[in-house]
Amino acid sequence: MTTYQEFIQQNEDRDGVRFSWNLWPSSRLEATRLVVPVSCLFTPLKERPNLPPVQYEPVLCSRANCKAVLNPLCQVDFRAKIWACNFCFQRNPFPPSYAGISDVNQPAELMPQFSTIEYIVQRGPAAPLIFLYVVDTCLEEEDLQALKESLQMSLSLLPPNALVGLITFGRMVQVHELSCEGIAKSYVFRGTKDLTAKQIQEMLGLTKPAVTGQQGRPLAPQDAAATCKFLQPVHRVDMNLTDLLGELQRDPWPVPQGKRPLRSTGVALSVAVGLLEGTFPNTGARVMLFIGGPPTQGPGMVVGDELKTPIRSWHDIQKDNARHLKKATKYYEALANRSATNGHSIDIYACALDQTGLLEMKCLSNLTGGHIVMGDSFNTSLFKQTFQRVFSKDYNGDFRMAFGGVLEVKTSRELKVSGAIGPCVSLNSKSPCVSENELGIGGTSQWKVCGLNPSTTLGIYFEVVNQHNAPVPQGGRGAVQFVTQYQHSNTQRRIRVTTIARNLCPSIHSPDESSYYRHHFVRQDLTQSLIMIQPILYSYSFHGPPEPVLLDSSSILPDRILLMDTFFQLVIYHGETIAQWRKAGYQEMAEYENFKQLLQAPLDDAQEILQTRFPMPRYIDTEHGGSQARFLLSKVNPSQTHNNLYAWGQETGAPILTDDVSLQVFMDHLKKLAVSSSA
Amino acid sequence: MNVNQHTPMASPYGQPQPSFGQPGYAPLDGSYPAPYAPYNGPASAYQPGAPPQGYSPFTSFPSKALAANPVSDLPSPLDLGPVRGPPTSGPPPVSAPQQYNQYSQSQGSMQNGPPPPTQAPPRPAVSQPYNQGAMNLSGPHPSYPQHYGPPSTMQQVTNQMTGMQITSGPPTAAGPGYAPPHSSQPPVSTGYSAAPQASYTQAPPPVSSAPTQPPPPSGPAAPQQYYSGPPPSSQQPFNSSLPPTSQQQQQFTSSVPPHPPPQQTLPPSSYSGPVPTQSQPPVPPVSQAQQSFPTPQPPFSSAPPPVSQSSFATGPPPSAPGSFPPQGPPPSSQPGSFPPPGPPLTSAPSCQYPGPMPPQQQPPPSQPSPYHSGHHPPRPQMPPTSMAQSNHLPPGPQGPAGPPGPLQQPPSQPGMQTGYPPQQNGAFGQVRGPQPGYSGPYPGQPNYGAPAPAPPAQKRLDPDAIPSPQASDMPAVQKPRHRIDPDAIPSPIQVIEDDKAKTTEPFTTGVRGQAPPLVTTNFQVQDQGNASPRFIRCTAYNMPCTADMAKQSQVPLAAVIKPLATLPPDEAPPLVVDHGESGPIRCNRCKAYMCPYMQFIEGGRRFQCGFCSCVTEVPPHYFQHLDHTGKRVDCYDRPELSLGSYEFLATVDYCKNNKLPPPPAFIFLIDVSYNAVKSGMVNIVCQELKTLLDCLPRENPEVESAVRVGFVTYNKVLHFYNVKSSLAQPQMMVVSDVSDMFVPLLDGFLVNVNESRQVIESLLDQIPEMFADTRETETVFGPVIQAGLEALKAADCAGKLFVFHTSLPIAEAPGKLKNREDKKLIGTDKEKSLFQPQVGFYSSLAKECVAQGCCVDLFLFPNQYVDVATLAVVPVSTGGSVYKYTYFQAQSDQERFLNDLRRDVQKLVGFDAVMRVRTSTGIRATDFFGSFYMSNTTDVELAGLDCDKAITVEFKHDDKLSEETGALMQCAVLYTSCSGQRRLRVHNMAVNCCSQLADLYRNCETDTIINYFSKYAFRGVLSNPTKAVRETLVNQCAQILACYRKNCASPSSAGQLILPECMKLLPVYLNCVLKSDVLLPGADVSLDDRAYLRQLISCMDVAESHVFFYPRLLPVMKLESGSLPVAVRDSEERLSKGGVYLLETGLHLFLWVGASVQQELLLNIFGTPSFSQIDSNVTSLPVLDNPISQALRELIYSFRAQRSRYMKLMVVKQEDRAELIFRHFLVEDKSASGGASYVDFLCHMHKEIRQLLS
Repeated sequence: MTTYQEFIQQNEDRDGVRFSWNLWPSSRLEATRLVVPVSCLFTPLKERPNLPPVQYEPVLCSRANCKAVLNPLCQVDFRAKIWACNFCFQRNPFPPSYAGISDVNQPAELMPQFSTIEYIVQRGPAAPLIFLYVVDTCLEEEDLQALKESLQMSLSLLPPNALVGLITFGRMVQVHELSCEGIAKSYVFRGTKDLTAKQIQEMLGLTKPAVTGQQGRPLAPQDAAATCKFLQPVHRVDMNLTDLLGELQRDPWPVPQGKRPLRSTGVALSVAVGLLEGTFPNTGARVMLFIGGPPTQGPGMVVGDELKTPIRSWHDIQKDNARHLKKATKYYEALANRSATNGHSIDIYACALDQTGLLEMKCLSNLTGGHIVMGDSFNTSLFKQTFQRVFSKDYNGDFRMAFGGVLEVKTSRELKVSGAIGPCVSLNSKSPCVSENELGIGGTSQWKVCGLNPSTTLGIYFEVVNQHNAPVPQGGRGAVQFVTQYQHSNTQRRIRVTTIARNLCPSIHSPDESSYYRHHFVRQDLTQSLIMIQPILYSYSFHGPPEPVLLDSSSILPDRILLMDTFFQLVIYHGETIAQWRKAGYQEMAEYENFKQLLQAPLDDAQEILQTRFPMPRYIDTEHGGSQARFLLSKVNPSQTHNNLYAWGQETGAPILTDDVSLQVFMDHLKKLAVSSSA
Repeated sequence: MNVNQHTPMASPYGQPQPSFGQPGYAPLDGSYPAPYAPYNGPASAYQPGAPPQGYSPFTSFPSKALAANPVSDLPSPLDLGPVRGPPTSGPPPVSAPQQYNQYSQSQGSMQNGPPPPTQAPPRPAVSQPYNQGAMNLSGPHPSYPQHYGPPSTMQQVTNQMTGMQITSGPPTAAGPGYAPPHSSQPPVSTGYSAAPQASYTQAPPPVSSAPTQPPPPSGPAAPQQYYSGPPPSSQQPFNSSLPPTSQQQQQFTSSVPPHPPPQQTLPPSSYSGPVPTQSQPPVPPVSQAQQSFPTPQPPFSSAPPPVSQSSFATGPPPSAPGSFPPQGPPPSSQPGSFPPPGPPLTSAPSCQYPGPMPPQQQPPPSQPSPYHSGHHPPRPQMPPTSMAQSNHLPPGPQGPAGPPGPLQQPPSQPGMQTGYPPQQNGAFGQVRGPQPGYSGPYPGQPNYGAPAPAPPAQKRLDPDAIPSPQASDMPAVQKPRHRIDPDAIPSPIQVIEDDKAKTTEPFTTGVRGQAPPLVTTNFQVQDQGNASPRFIRCTAYNMPCTADMAKQSQVPLAAVIKPLATLPPDEAPPLVVDHGESGPIRCNRCKAYMCPYMQFIEGGRRFQCGFCSCVTEVPPHYFQHLDHTGKRVDCYDRPELSLGSYEFLATVDYCKNNKLPPPPAFIFLIDVSYNAVKSGMVNIVCQELKTLLDCLPRENPEVESAVRVGFVTYNKVLHFYNVKSSLAQPQMMVVSDVSDMFVPLLDGFLVNVNESRQVIESLLDQIPEMFADTRETETVFGPVIQAGLEALKAADCAGKLFVFHTSLPIAEAPGKLKNREDKKLIGTDKEKSLFQPQVGFYSSLAKECVAQGCCVDLFLFPNQYVDVATLAVVPVSTGGSVYKYTYFQAQSDQERFLNDLRRDVQKLVGFDAVMRVRTSTGIRATDFFGSFYMSNTTDVELAGLDCDKAITVEFKHDDKLSEETGALMQCAVLYTSCSGQRRLRVHNMAVNCCSQLADLYRNCETDTIINYFSKYAFRGVLSNPTKAVRETLVNQCAQILACYRKNCASPSSAGQLILPECMKLLPVYLNCVLKSDVLLPGADVSLDDRAYLRQLISCMDVAESHVFFYPRLLPVMKLESGSLPVAVRDSEERLSKGGVYLLETGLHLFLWVGASVQQELLLNIFGTPSFSQIDSNVTSLPVLDNPISQALRELIYSFRAQRSRYMKLMVVKQEDRAELIFRHFLVEDKSASGGASYVDFLCHMHKEIRQLLS
């Protein structure tokens, strides 16, 4: 057999599920004693190259409030052609198409290796992918140029039948009509006015199509394409849009001395959301917001246009002195919820040296499964490559993205679902398996995950409901079924079903940065999340192969090269001696070939990480005493500080100038607390 | 003050005097010290006025003097009384005659003026005539011979004249009228004056004159067929008539003499066109005189004389034909005019007149004089003779036809004759011939018919009275009721022609209190210290000194100011004065600008303000020494010290935010909804703009215009266009958020035409295509203006919006309107609400526009109700214009629209203007009418002010005025020129002040009063029921006239209507106002039309309002290139079935074609010989190579050129359905909507006056 570690790894590879406890407590009482809740990290679209989708639809339990999907855990009577639901014990006949079923002729969903299986739904028209660019024009010329180029480039990456749209904004918000010839048309909204979705749709002349769209069914794509002049197939408007982007000018309104440009981000997003809502509700769509600064006017304003008023800091927030914060946050939350409801995700690409208001806007992406990418400038490889990676493709040539996902969790009677944490919103589905105790986004057994990619991971929390006095019989198993319906990037509707059973078993920055980090944290799998919590530090030296070392100041030695991966940053740090050697150019000399290799090793490792990580991490190459070394120094445990440097009496390591306590101090304190009775 | 004033005045005086004196007035000057012989003369004469004096002077002096006196003094008595008491009326008539005489005299003087054409010769002649005139009184003949003696032809003429007179004798009535017209006026007047006062006593002399005349007639007759014809008749009449009324004779005699002179003078050249007209005009007066006189006939006879010679001779009979070819048609009208006489005739002696009638027909003009409706009675006796005459006359006409040619020699008069004949012959004959029906209905026809058989007489009477079938009915009714002869009541045409005739010199503005020529007269102006009447016209040039007087008289004290009026090419525009960095020099206290009324004192170191008397230091850089008269040495080098109108360059102190303004911008906002596209409007506008943009206003034609342009299209959303020069294609930006309008772009919206030409052209090409298939029918309106306003705000400049709009804005947006047209409200107390804006939105929007200097011009293309009352709020408040093209069709309306648009875009306009009227202590500007906005009580704010906009300002006393200093006003307009220059235009005006009511009444201008009244009334409908508004008007008018009657007119019977000479047209014009669509709508007049007209009037100047209320109606049968036919009165009776008439109102242009027009004429005009084949849908006449066609098209062209709006030509065929529309403009008739006829209204007015007096 395999080790327990291997079992866990195997489960995660096959089903994308990793539980906190692989043996579940058999009663509520025991569960509470565990402190750590029964929960799992679930990666709905875990990449499974070896899992071809089946071309039919799942068989559902006929009980109205169950509707669990036939799975390998079900009891099957091949003769009677009946199967028993392992969640509600309802006995269901197989549909006529399963007439030939037998012991030796089982459908895939009954085979144990298909605990995760993907169905392709044939019903309904294929919905095209929709990409709506929302572009800030209050940028420096250089930035705008770079952004325009990236956008133009992205057109070539889109599938020809994908629909694209363009909204630009500055002081005004312009929705560009793409189907026109001759005169370029755009609809303009003033950036200071909050408009309802209905108003926006009326103003865009979308009222009529909205009537049919409101029936709850997405419009037939042809109809929609014909009626919505703002979203057009790439192949049709490629040239137009390329020209349009080429002619895009910086916001023409003059910016007086001492003012910020007026940036109507809030209204722009509102228009984008309203536009999609009116034209393609419940169809996968991606709003891609590119901003070069904070919203400065209208709803969603984060800071006024007076430069003398700085943007809010943590300090202001703590003092409750950030006057736009709550209002703006609320505004973006409302937008995010609307967008999520319609299955549209929102990406934010924020490139500016100062803050851009991600704190207020974070929910846009958090709730809709969109990306947030933060950089210093659109004219950096960080942005350019990250943006390019958004459109990366899998082994089938399909985008590594999916839309409009709905994740449903079904549990056996021993468990109920407390909630989920991740890039999702509740669908308020009150099934019997919903716990009253909420953890994360609770009160529902269904969540909408508008934007998904293979690494999107949610934390699902369960509650053991068995009473202590009526424990589950020995050998009882609890089961959980994850049903993920989504729109594949090739426009197919698909349903992925994962059914698992267990024997009853188990981290300072600017506000924007924090939001950014948290955003990624809640959606990454365990390994990546852990990296974020505790960066990895590798040490390279002549003393042996690279080795992981403690993330501690004591690891910072003169003759080492350190490689730190914090998920968001990759830092290569050359120790003092190494740095001097390098400066002296020894690596250029043939006799010091080994030194050259030593220098190269961390670079190669870093490159490997850079190529797979999304978003692309900030890549920092620094050395002892370099200004960028702060990235490293801020992460390591300050075991040596200016306070205790000499107390330790050792020459090794580098002192950190901080008042923070070291891990040692923390642990000591923790121990004290753990053993004290009053705790 | 005084000094300054004087200085300027002085110069003018000096100048004018010479001119006047030398020409024809020399004698006058002698007699009248007053410099203004022509104008003042009368006035001064007046005061002394005394009619009595007048008499004596008359006899002793040339008629002119007399005339002058009489004219001003004598109220034109209207004998309404005749019916009531002929006898009593008899006496009153006397007064009337005087008036007429005066009138005629004045006219005479005027005519003298005209004659000037021949300058030296004529004048002398004139003077001679006068003498003669005097002579004549004693012995007309001698004088004639003498004068004429030299020129043999002349003699003949005179002979003819005399003959005419004689013939006319019977027609005399007409005669007098004519007489005056001719230079003879003086004589006429004398005659009249004599007649009136001592008429009877003098009567004998007339007789003598008559005799003398007779001879001539015979003479003339012999020479000319006409004469032969007429003379006899005339003679007969005379004989008969003579006995009855010696006065007539006198008149004749007097008139005759005058005539001769004029003729003599004129004969040479002037005769042809002008003369006739002159002759006619005078006639009326004469007729009036006649009216006064029991013996209308005499007047006629006299009238004939005027027609004089030819006219008369032929006059009565053929005169019409001969004298006024154009009148040919008039003949018919004449009949109408005759009607007056006719009526009398009919009443009793119809027979008598028959003879005269024919002549009268021609002379109709003379008839006006007829006031005498009353007189008719006397005529009755005459009838017999007249009958005979009439008979003769007819023949005469025929004969005349031939003679005319020869006669024409007496150019005008002959022409008249010829004219008549044709009319009679041609028109009548034809009419009768072709139209059996006609003859049927009108027994009179036969008369006209070639032969003029005996029966004709009676018929004629009728026909005269009633040229048209309808008329026939009318007369029957009217006559019985009022027995008033339309020809006997004051004729607008007569007054207009008289004024034309007497205006021969350029009008100099140096003399305070001098009334300018009428707006209908062509004249040149010389600025000598007061603003040209083209800039300012006053209701009264002699203001009452006290508020009590003003209140008593009820005469409104107002000025119609047209600050940026376009001047004719021969008058220099106001000079620009630069007082340097410190800005224009102004009075310290009242801030009046430096002007001729500032009096420099203390050797020139200070000046005293003429308005408030405050003394202000003269800045060193402006110092100048004074000469011995106390005026600055550089007085004539500086426009602001010597002229009435000039401009100052303004400094930054006069600018918004103390910053010189950028050049203005024009924004074109085009409705592209379904209707707009379908009607072709969008396409037309876009096509036109491509070329029109090259014609944006500029001050220097060499330089390209500084005006920037922008474009917006809209339906229920707005489309802005980025036409930046760097773009390959224009960009459209749609703004759907109409509830909260904003401008989506800054850079690239307002551009220089030349820089962005390609992009703009591309845009204008694509707009029609883009919306070709639109199905959007809803529109917004408020946001459209807001958009333009916001664009100007964003560009921080003033400008003008050109909005092309089609429908009621029902789309959801600010300023959304609903259809509220409710005919049931008309006539109720709630009617006023229909004129008020439906929502308050536009008023506040207008306020914002004004603050920004955003002027809005609105072009409407409605197919149904659009609520003009509301939509026009912003244009009206911002100094803009509204144009309305109901049921716009590209094919038929394109020309009108495009011409309006072209003119509107190109015309001179100022922006962001503020007008302030300062006055001397004692009066104050209290009320303002026009297209503007006022946020306080003194500053008139005009977002835009163009050359066509006039503002009427009313003044009220707040203290006493002094006769010595008069009343001063200074209108200063601060504005931004089309090149972005900030300027101050200053107009100064001084009028006299009087302590005698008579002076007030002598110096009024009725046209201006009507302008004021109409604006006052049209504004009144906003807050009062229209009925109340009309009553108010009638009351005030009655009070004005009653006050005159009570305080200024000589005692006479209460049954007599006596009108001040200057206001004798007040009733007729007022009636036109009362009958206007606004105050008395017909069933087919939409609320929009009324609202449209209402706002239109608010900014009209006097010339426009005049023709608007009393349309110009010209017979065009005998057009000659370069000369204008004499208009006829706006009454169906004046139309001849055989005639073609052109009618213009400033908004409409009709060509009325009688049903019996000669084929040849039709061929010449329409290119078809058949009446039925005339296409009444054409909007322009075919270009045919014949003099008639050319002249007619030239005439139409010149009409259009005179008006600020292009008039679409409508061809109206008699008896056609469209004739109803046309008839609406025959304002002397009863209107379909219940408006009174002139005659009826006059009676009503008389009744009102009598009530006030009792």
